[in-house]
Amino acid sequence: MELSIIFLPLIASIISGFFGRYIGDRNSEIVTSALVSISALLSIHVLYQVIVNQYEENIVIATWISSGSLEVNWSMLIDPLSAVMLVVVTSVSALVHIYSIGYMSHDPHKPRFMAYLSLFTFAMLMLVTSDNFIQLFFGWEGVGLCSYFLIGFWFKKESANAAAIKAFVVNRVGDFGFALGIFLIFYLFGTVNYSEVFQQIPTVVDKNLSFLGFEVKAIDLICLLLFIGAMGKSAQILLHTWLPDAMEGPTPVSALIHAATMVTAGVFLVVRCSPIYEYSPLTLNLITIVGMTTAFFAATVALVQTDIKKIIAYSTCSQLGYMFFAAGVGAYNVAMFHLFTHAFFKALLFLGSGSVIHAFKDEQNINNMGGVWKKLPYTYALMIIGTLALTGFPFLSGFYSKDAIIEFAYLKGNTTGYYAAGIGIITAFLTSIYSWRLIFKTFHGEYNNKEIKIEETHESPLVMLVPLFILSIGAVFAGFLFKGLFIGHGENLFWAESIKFLEPLSTEHPPLWFLLLTPCLVLVSIPIAYYLFVKNKELPNSIVSMNKPLYNFLVNKWYFDELYDVLFIKSSKKLGLFLWKFCDGTIIDGFGPDGISSFIKKCSIKATKFQSGFIYQYAFVMLLGFSALLTFLIIK
Amino acid sequence: MNFPILSSLILLPIVGALFLFFTKDKEGNNLTAKYVALFTTVVNFLISIYLWISFDQSTSIFQFVEDRVWIEGFINYKVGVDGISILFIILTTFITPICIISVNNSVKNRLRDFLIAILIMESFMIGVFCALDLVVFYLFFEAGLIPMFLIIGIWGGARRVYSAFKFFLYTLLGSVLMLVAIISIYWITGTTDVVQLYEIGIDVKYQNLLWLAFFSSFAVKTPMWPVHTWLPDAHVEAPTAGSVLLAAILLKMAGYGFIRFSLGLFPIASEVFTPLIYTLSVIAIIFTSLIALMQEDMKKLIAYSSVAHMGFVTLGIFTLQQQGIEGSIIQMISHGLVSAALFLTVGVVYDRMHSRLISTYGGLVSVIPKYSILFMLFALASLGLPGTSGFIGEFLILMGAFKDNFLVAVIASIGVILGAAYILWLYKRVVFGKLINEDLKKIVDLNRSEYFILSCLAAPILFFGFYPDPLIKTIEVSVTDFINMHNTNIASK
Repeated sequence: MELSIIFLPLIASIISGFFGRYIGDRNSEIVTSALVSISALLSIHVLYQVIVNQYEENIVIATWISSGSLEVNWSMLIDPLSAVMLVVVTSVSALVHIYSIGYMSHDPHKPRFMAYLSLFTFAMLMLVTSDNFIQLFFGWEGVGLCSYFLIGFWFKKESANAAAIKAFVVNRVGDFGFALGIFLIFYLFGTVNYSEVFQQIPTVVDKNLSFLGFEVKAIDLICLLLFIGAMGKSAQILLHTWLPDAMEGPTPVSALIHAATMVTAGVFLVVRCSPIYEYSPLTLNLITIVGMTTAFFAATVALVQTDIKKIIAYSTCSQLGYMFFAAGVGAYNVAMFHLFTHAFFKALLFLGSGSVIHAFKDEQNINNMGGVWKKLPYTYALMIIGTLALTGFPFLSGFYSKDAIIEFAYLKGNTTGYYAAGIGIITAFLTSIYSWRLIFKTFHGEYNNKEIKIEETHESPLVMLVPLFILSIGAVFAGFLFKGLFIGHGENLFWAESIKFLEPLSTEHPPLWFLLLTPCLVLVSIPIAYYLFVKNKELPNSIVSMNKPLYNFLVNKWYFDELYDVLFIKSSKKLGLFLWKFCDGTIIDGFGPDGISSFIKKCSIKATKFQSGFIYQYAFVMLLGFSALLTFLIIK
Repeated sequence: MNFPILSSLILLPIVGALFLFFTKDKEGNNLTAKYVALFTTVVNFLISIYLWISFDQSTSIFQFVEDRVWIEGFINYKVGVDGISILFIILTTFITPICIISVNNSVKNRLRDFLIAILIMESFMIGVFCALDLVVFYLFFEAGLIPMFLIIGIWGGARRVYSAFKFFLYTLLGSVLMLVAIISIYWITGTTDVVQLYEIGIDVKYQNLLWLAFFSSFAVKTPMWPVHTWLPDAHVEAPTAGSVLLAAILLKMAGYGFIRFSLGLFPIASEVFTPLIYTLSVIAIIFTSLIALMQEDMKKLIAYSSVAHMGFVTLGIFTLQQQGIEGSIIQMISHGLVSAALFLTVGVVYDRMHSRLISTYGGLVSVIPKYSILFMLFALASLGLPGTSGFIGEFLILMGAFKDNFLVAVIASIGVILGAAYILWLYKRVVFGKLINEDLKKIVDLNRSEYFILSCLAAPILFFGFYPDPLIKTIEVSVTDFINMHNTNIASK
């Protein structure tokens, strides 16, 4: 049964991918949605077993690589951590599959799309259920590949292709660190299986390695390298540039891959490796700093974007930052909790925005929307729920998880912790502002679209609304219902061995004013946003014109793309050209084969001049040679 | 002595070639000749599979050994296989029939002669991989040049003569030194039998020079940076089948030679020169990947990517770690399959459009979807995606390298990023995007034989990606014992 959770999506993908032409579009959609839904139900059953019966299992399917001391199996590990991920992945995936039936109804390549979605689900499940680092890497690259396929799904769009390659290559940069991390683990422990590695961790705590002339603690280095991988996949600052571009893909893809599942793989990796990270305070601090910087950075950029999907993409980036700094302060379970709730409300927001885009016939600019809340009542209501959950409105799911993150950062009690908590609160406020900006500009105010009449906008079909509705239930209740289980004080019971805490998390509470600060800011932000984006639209414009440089800085996403273009893309192209034309062409060929052959040619032309055919010349040369020889002999 | 199975593997293609030689050549599509050649090579493939099945994986002793006196007291015709060589033989017998099927569209004139060249080539390649006498090895190694030289020079493109001579000069230059080294080994030890040489060893004071002489030959064939510039030219001008043979098998002779001879005969010199190999390999990986990024000609791009991939191979071999050497062998097998497949995919569109320039293409996926899917698979295998054979080799090599030298592994890993960049960019420009070139609209998808050969290559690439055990089990004991032998040699210095 456990194996069918993983393999049903694969079967679905094969059926739809290879036989989609024969069984038709509709059947492909039904088969893939049905199989993935079954997989989702089974996952829920497994999670239930894990919660109630403390069920754990490590199934070995087959050997994969065995070379010398390296033993890698295809395997399936079920423990609380992977069970939670199973449910998140399969349930969001099933809903997105169903939603896609409606969303992609006008697309000519439905079976291919469904096949990619199912294949992605399979790869993601391989990732989360692995019991070793190499299968994890397999899933890691597998989801990257599916993401590449799906971002570039509309292959005729130049921008989509470019975004797809960018996503793959930037992820490869992260994978480069990840792979080195795996090599280092194998080098130190001679194995890549979690359980064996984690057991041996305490033995290498004090071990130092010299790396590029630096003396580094082995554990720090492992953690750092793995974290580079996590940064790539979870779009953390410096390696985040692919995520906003990835919005070129169809919206269901953004919901599934670039919000709920794949991008959280980095967080999952850090949590999974908590037995290693616990011994590396240095890296944990780094993670906190990277996480909160990303959270802040992405939130500021989201404030000024005009593409509805890009706003949500930056919001995802920002929320992932929260998860990382939760992990960074050692509250892995809180990070997982936020991952869990985020999956629901962010998928909801993305699918909701898809519904809006659908209504506007592929318009994505929020400046060209507005005033349609009466026309799209369900979408509007569901988007509101998503927004409330995201911003952490009291008693919705985001409230429990996000506030818990900020609290634990505060309770950490050191400088990084306070700093992170501060940034976390500011970012929560920014999050609220940009989320409401999106809602108000999309649904309120005047209708601003010149191409489509307001009468033509229409509510989405039921097949799209039902998944949204189910997600909204999750967005509302997931926090409240699972709070006790995930982050309650009995947490060690649920997470058991899958998350390790060297020191138990603090059970204290921050002061009351601190607890109330974030919810109050969130509440206050709604009228502020309403005033700014509906009532007094001149004010934001005048703020922008007063702070032009800052605005440009934000609109251009802190100029990361431009910087990378100069630093990496242009320079590697130039270097490539130089190495090709100059090194290979001029130097190697010039002095090598071409040079030698032309040199020999020259010599032989000279030599042929000797063979003139005139006897007197030969005689003269002989005479010269003879006298030279004589002279030499005499002198000697 | 049992049935001489290795000799029959070597001789069968020559018999086929002789048979063809005495048939009358017809103009155009000479079906008889093709069937004869195909039949011969398929039978040869089946024999090699039988060889693999009856091969005993639990020992590293040479098996199926045949030892006949050739020149009294000097050369014995001695052949045999161990776990290291057997996979290369199977690769050879597997790729050759595929080449023969692929000549359908690419070779228009003197088909019979072309097939003879391929068959003779196959004989020599098999000979290289099972020779256990240095002179026999040298003869096969060098003789393999001749058919390749002819294939490029006669059936090649516009600048074929330049490329053929460049190829010949480069490779000959290296080989001459190897010949000198082989002769001096005979004078030093009194034998050229590899097995005996393994046992008695070669005096330390000669090892460095001898190693360099062998290195000069193998480095050119691999090809390593900076003696790689013949490869792009040779590939560009060679007909598709020639490119396939060149990339899939010819380049592997050197990698095999490095393991069998450089490491096996000169263990101490190998330790001395490891930094040299590391440096050149890393330069090859990074530099040629960057160069590949900028290519405008598809075949040249793949040729440069081959140099980078072979850089991984040489890196892995000299790590002298179990993972490194096993990874190198798997990488060579995998590269044999993947590069063959990539050259064939380029060949498919070249036959239709007569252009190798990337800019000619774009938007192919909407007209020839089957082709696009297979091309994608090969591109992914080339960039080393987990689940394809390319991953296993590359990952094991880097793992082994990491054990031996951090820095080298770190730099080489950057090549993995670049590898993704150039191959995906190539794919994007050729297959994705809008269909602009009007001529492309008439292009037809894979025909049956093309579909068949590409699927034949795709199957093992995927299979060994998910289940490389058959490969690893075959080489495991031999590699382990080989490393042990090396370590004892080093220890007893």
